[in-house]
Amino acid sequence: MSYLGIVITYVFVSNFILVQFLGLCPFIGVSKNSESAIGMGLAVTFVTSVASVVCYMVYTFLLAPFALEYLRTVAFILVIAALVQLVEMVIRKMSPSLYKALGIFLPLITTNCAVLGIAIINIDEGYNLLGSFLAGFSAGLGFTMAIVLMSNIREKLDTAPVRKAFKGVPIAFISAGLMALAFMAFDKGLLTNLGLV
Amino acid sequence: MSHKYELTKGIFKENPVFIIMLGMCPTLGVTTQVSNAIGMGGSVLFVLLCSNIMISLLRKVIPDSIRIPAYIVIIASFVTIVEMVLHAFVPSVFDALGVYLPLIVVNCIILGRAEAFANKNTVLDSALDAIGMGIGFTLSLILIASIREVFGAGQITLFAMGNFSGVIKIPVLNGYPIRIMTLAPGALLLMGFLKAFFEFNTARKAKKEAKV
Repeated sequence: MSYLGIVITYVFVSNFILVQFLGLCPFIGVSKNSESAIGMGLAVTFVTSVASVVCYMVYTFLLAPFALEYLRTVAFILVIAALVQLVEMVIRKMSPSLYKALGIFLPLITTNCAVLGIAIINIDEGYNLLGSFLAGFSAGLGFTMAIVLMSNIREKLDTAPVRKAFKGVPIAFISAGLMALAFMAFDKGLLTNLGLV
Repeated sequence: MSHKYELTKGIFKENPVFIIMLGMCPTLGVTTQVSNAIGMGGSVLFVLLCSNIMISLLRKVIPDSIRIPAYIVIIASFVTIVEMVLHAFVPSVFDALGVYLPLIVVNCIILGRAEAFANKNTVLDSALDAIGMGIGFTLSLILIASIREVFGAGQITLFAMGNFSGVIKIPVLNGYPIRIMTLAPGALLLMGFLKAFFEFNTARKAKKEAKV
């Protein structure tokens, strides 16, 4: 698959939240206002991009040469946990203002399915280093797009006359379902038509 | 708290999927077929039971400051075992679960139970808690998967055994399935309606108790 194809796949066609349900917990939990949604989105994009590259390198240069592929899950989750900690320390030192914006979201990201998910998908799909980076970056971008759209919908929903039982999480799920319905327009045929497969 | 309470609370009162809302990704991702739901539920039950017992045994040994990484390594080891076993014995379920299988590691239910329960309680209570939560999770998955598969494909897929092909066809719906239910939007819509039903139910019960 071409590099442009990878980007379109992970932003639209198999959007992490609306098609694959990866990272649904923060999507529902942190989408109450648009400011924190943007913060969470940027933090996730940053970590998925870096984690894709690092996990790819760990797998190709450390696990594969010694036939330790079965340790993939254990190795990746440790790499991601260490990476998130490192990113947190670096950001705190380098840019206090960025830390203020992203800081509270970083610890939550270790247990975000999206990060481990993209690391594993990269290996399963057999992307190379640049492909892995692009997949990670665009998966994060797709996540950011979905969570920002969702937060805007939820800000409107706050003042809407919603039945009591549906208030909060249930109506958020139903709105997400309607968004997913719209995203079905981006299917695999789109990639074929654009000649990107 | 009695032992019986530890076992049964996971099924209704503290149901991990509908009440605590943990572990949503696999819940919606794999529930296109009942057989996948059973496979996923069983895997989570196994990992939850083993990791809860292990963490409960080690609760006095693991230093407090590095407990989360320690839990993650224990959980990841058991997930790797499940991956290998499923790959060897039920490859069809292994393929269907795909990326969601290794993602059990970051399933909030397992880490959540380790943090909230297993590191404070005895081995027996932790094991009972794990079994209850695991069964609650599996039943919720089977409920969602049955609704999605019956309406979306007009059938129920179980495991093939002897003469039984493993697929039960539902007469009318089989000819006119509502395809959207097995696709992504159907999962999100159904989850919204089920959650609303549970909220409604909880509110009604609270009202009843207030009256009495």
